[in-house]
Amino acid sequence: MSNLPKERRIILKNADDPSYSNQIDCYVRMGGYENLKKAISMQPEEVGEEVLKSGIRGRGGAGFPAGMKWKFLDRKSGKPIYLICNADESEPGTFKDRQIIYKDPHQLIEGMMIAAYAIGAKLSFIYIRAEFHEGARILNRAIEEAKSHGFCGNNILGTDFSCDLVVHRGAGAYICGEETGLIESLEGKRPNPRIKPPYFPAVLGLYQCPTIVNNVETLCNVRHIIEMGGDEFSKIGKPNNTGTRIWCVSGQVVKPGYYEFECGSLTLGQMIFEVCGGLLPGRSLKAVIPGGSSAKVLRADERFSGTLKDGTEFDWGLEDIPLDFDGPMAAGSMSGSGGIIVMDDTVDMVEAMANVNAFYAHESCGQCTPCREGSLWMRKITQRMCSGGAREEDADLLLSVANQIEGRTICAFGEAAAWPTQSFVTKFKDDFIQKASSSEKPENSTLQLI
Amino acid sequence: MISPHNDDLITIRLNGSEVEVPNGINAVEAAALHGVEVPHYCYHPKLSVAGNCRMCLVEMGTPMRDRASGEAILEDDGSPKIGWVPKPVIGCATNVSPGMHLRTESELVQDCREGIMEFLLVNHPLDCPICDQAGECRLQEFATDYGRGFSRYVERKNVKPKRTRLGPRVTLDDERCILCSRCIRFSQEVAKDDVLGFVDRGSFSTLTCFPGKELSNNYSLNTVDICPVGALTSTDFRFKMRVWFLKESKSICTESSAGCNTLVSSREGKIHRITPRRNDQVNDTWMTDSGRTLFHSVRSGNRILRPCVENQDVPMEEAISAALNCFKGKKVGVVASCHSTLEEQYLTKKLIDLTQAKAFIRGHFGEDDGILLSADRSPNLRGALLVNLTNQYPGESLHSLNDAISSGEVESLLVLNEDLLSSGVTEENLDKLPIVYLGTHANETSRLAKVTLPGLTVFEKNGSFINRSFILQAFEQSIPGPVGLVPQVNIICDLINQLSNEPSCSASFDDLWESMNASIEGLPEGLTHTELVKSALQIDRTPWSDMPFVEKEALHYTVEETTVV
Amino acid sequence: MDNQLELSELTLSKIDEVIPKYPEKRSAALMVIHLVQDELGSVNDTACEWIADRLGLQPINIKELVTFYPMLVQKPWGRKHIRVCRTLPCALRGSYATCKTFEKKFGVKEGHVREDGEYSLEFMECLADCGQGPVVIVDEKTYENIEGERAEKFAQLLTDGKLDDSEEFTSYEDSLIKLPES
Repeated sequence: MSNLPKERRIILKNADDPSYSNQIDCYVRMGGYENLKKAISMQPEEVGEEVLKSGIRGRGGAGFPAGMKWKFLDRKSGKPIYLICNADESEPGTFKDRQIIYKDPHQLIEGMMIAAYAIGAKLSFIYIRAEFHEGARILNRAIEEAKSHGFCGNNILGTDFSCDLVVHRGAGAYICGEETGLIESLEGKRPNPRIKPPYFPAVLGLYQCPTIVNNVETLCNVRHIIEMGGDEFSKIGKPNNTGTRIWCVSGQVVKPGYYEFECGSLTLGQMIFEVCGGLLPGRSLKAVIPGGSSAKVLRADERFSGTLKDGTEFDWGLEDIPLDFDGPMAAGSMSGSGGIIVMDDTVDMVEAMANVNAFYAHESCGQCTPCREGSLWMRKITQRMCSGGAREEDADLLLSVANQIEGRTICAFGEAAAWPTQSFVTKFKDDFIQKASSSEKPENSTLQLI
Repeated sequence: MISPHNDDLITIRLNGSEVEVPNGINAVEAAALHGVEVPHYCYHPKLSVAGNCRMCLVEMGTPMRDRASGEAILEDDGSPKIGWVPKPVIGCATNVSPGMHLRTESELVQDCREGIMEFLLVNHPLDCPICDQAGECRLQEFATDYGRGFSRYVERKNVKPKRTRLGPRVTLDDERCILCSRCIRFSQEVAKDDVLGFVDRGSFSTLTCFPGKELSNNYSLNTVDICPVGALTSTDFRFKMRVWFLKESKSICTESSAGCNTLVSSREGKIHRITPRRNDQVNDTWMTDSGRTLFHSVRSGNRILRPCVENQDVPMEEAISAALNCFKGKKVGVVASCHSTLEEQYLTKKLIDLTQAKAFIRGHFGEDDGILLSADRSPNLRGALLVNLTNQYPGESLHSLNDAISSGEVESLLVLNEDLLSSGVTEENLDKLPIVYLGTHANETSRLAKVTLPGLTVFEKNGSFINRSFILQAFEQSIPGPVGLVPQVNIICDLINQLSNEPSCSASFDDLWESMNASIEGLPEGLTHTELVKSALQIDRTPWSDMPFVEKEALHYTVEETTVV
Repeated sequence: MDNQLELSELTLSKIDEVIPKYPEKRSAALMVIHLVQDELGSVNDTACEWIADRLGLQPINIKELVTFYPMLVQKPWGRKHIRVCRTLPCALRGSYATCKTFEKKFGVKEGHVREDGEYSLEFMECLADCGQGPVVIVDEKTYENIEGERAEKFAQLLTDGKLDDSEEFTSYEDSLIKLPES
């Protein structure tokens, strides 16, 4: 029996409608840019207040309240303020921003213009990953359309608020998704993240000026917050987990894809087994990574218990974890970028680990010692384990190396590289130790992951 | 460099004890002031903070304040409650503030250091036996002091280019590089020659120059000094000497009036290399490449090794007598030198006064590079001003001397280490009179001299120079001079004593300095050479504020400098 | 300028257009590099020098970028460049097998260009379409669910030059809704 809630498509309302294209006419027809008009009629501080009241948290992975981030902006320095949209979407398992950019780009542009108005930015950038070739073209076309309608650029809607919007393409580096790495890349340098303190983007960001970096989904939500008001918006979802989230399910399920639900309205089990049609025939669930490959993995047979922030006690199985920000966090992982990766019993966890380690070793920028050497070391260990050279002590060694990376790096990439290893090795220790005695995969598996 | 500090002191707690440190300096420096070492690689006090090696991780906490009221939160016993940052922070980027707590010796910090050391050694080649850096290598030192002591790495190490030519004087071994980026920051910020960079990424990042370009600027060897490992090494010094055999002495570079502080490394009387010595008022931690090669002149072929009279080797006493014969009853001209030490110039002036000789002096000039190679290519032009050898700014030539010889005003010459023929004096004129040449190396003038007296190079004697900022700096003797040679001050003293009625001149440095303090206005009472080696003296430059000094704006030198440093 | 770079008028004008969009010239570096690579196929050392000169930088500043980013190359890929995603979500749906199939069908090892310069194969990190993995990008088009036998068929159509006409394989870009302008 299921009380499966329906999707609530706020952001993706029009994206897959066959009568809706990414051209401006469609957007305007559906009420587009009305909220930009509304925002400009308010004071910039009022716009910021609505976003703060809405309680919206960043949808890029960190989950930091966007309204509060805007408050940290240094408005007194006299330096120009910049707004950057992080459209780099490189977290494995995530593919939601792609849908917005390709299918409903004007929503992003409107959201950005409202945000720029609120924070006082006169120049804003969309940093889009290079693999989205057509996406960049679509955005450029949309910006031209918006400009010709007075929704972007000089004297927006005939007022003296001007904000230019530039699409900047990346070139295939995951580290450009890190906000200071993105800023360095935008400045034309190697995307090495900056040390914080002192280089907090809100104070010393792009060209050492105050800068706000927000995710695509977050900025789109800004438009909807202005439409319904911050208080109304905060009623969607749960306290501290407001609004809807676009969850991206991938891996070994029947109907993988992207689904937009109110925060906390369904559980992980409902998502996997009902929305996504469950596992492939004859398979059983082995593990789930709830928030992009950087999040800690959860075992199918694990139990999670404790006390939530609001004081309620919880005792969950994997399927009971509510899909919002706090749920996966309470279970010891995180909702991250919303990328849910499902693994069934044909998966060799050591090979899965090797695949993930290879990703982080490849993507490490190489600036700081622990991440640079540690991520490559972990990759070499797991690769050796998967080619017949595993030793029993490798499990503990992996864990020790990961522990030496976590918390000691310049940016969160260190944690992103360490958490998968820590969680895989701790929760599937037997699989790792088993590798030393036999390099055979699980019985029914022909799947190669490395 | 991101901690501009003022000199007011604040109290912080370092490993449980209260200490005073200047407000705003970073934790690494604060700890060092109290004898606590926070190991680090990428941090350098004279470069911007990179924070990438992560070796200086320490625990940091600050007194907690109530969010709303701003009031300090207290423990039960009244002491401020400390909010410790959950993750360790890097000391080089953490500026101290009043009441800050730092832990540099806790278990977490130890674990951090062991971890970082292990990571640094994971891809590091086992080159110690063939690496020049051994003995002054921070990987060796910190691995011993803070490392785990054993390796758990059994995989293959990365392979990168080895012993490549990065520039004419610098050799690069990419496998040893720990990617601290000190050399890149130096090239960009100090040498202003943006020619180095990292290519590829992750653990395969490699330091390189763009193909076709080289690290060839005149400060390239400073990258070798600051490289904490053996990745950048001096091609000249390669495989010459193990550093633990070297004796170090403090010297001053004589290349120009910048007066870079140097460290001369020698073994058994032979100099093997020169490196810069830190002086925050003069040269920070840098010096030019060209200044480092000056020691090769000590053993060069044209070194004057014996006194001679009319090209015959004679004992010193004979040479001195012959010199005196050149002067007696004649109008003497003395060509002083801006390369002479202050002590030598002082005695030269005494000799000039005694013999009522005419003084001549010329400067040596070149292009100013705006960093540490000034337009004035002599180390002690201002010394000549201080002792009144001249009251005019020295020019580039000695035409006045040529005229004086032509008009018969000068009938004999004492020349200190200059070549007159390239200073505008004709050979014809020089043939007319007896010349006594006191110098270290033979030149066209010394060949024409009647008497040649050998002197000692700056490495073989004690002395002092006044640099472009009017800072008086002393240097120590590094190596013994050639057999039988004595410092120039001894020789000039000898001449003075033999020419005067009351021989009272002493070449001992104590006596010399006592006499100098008494007669030179800019020098305070009681100043000795030993004191000066420990700490330099700022001379008041106002008496010469109208002089047309040629130096341009440079490192630690502004053209309208005041006397206060 | 003493090194010549053969760029078309169109590319040169696009470069001239893009640089003033940024408050600082250096920021345009990535975009200019993309424009040069789109036309010449790669950014070799001469191109690095030209771009550096155009932006008032040192050549090393450009080479640092070109060697850092996987999508920028110093030697050109093949005429048809095929990218397959190797990261976990696509791997779970069989992308490694897809890559092997492609290696056989196109006769080139991943990370290499075929000797005749026709095809090149690259095993890339996450291409952000994980729900429909294995994801394959051919030139600039993104194809989904290329696994098992579909991968064989896909490769065959590509080698026969019939991929664009195929109804079974429509790229993500081509499946976007397009409406006539009103």
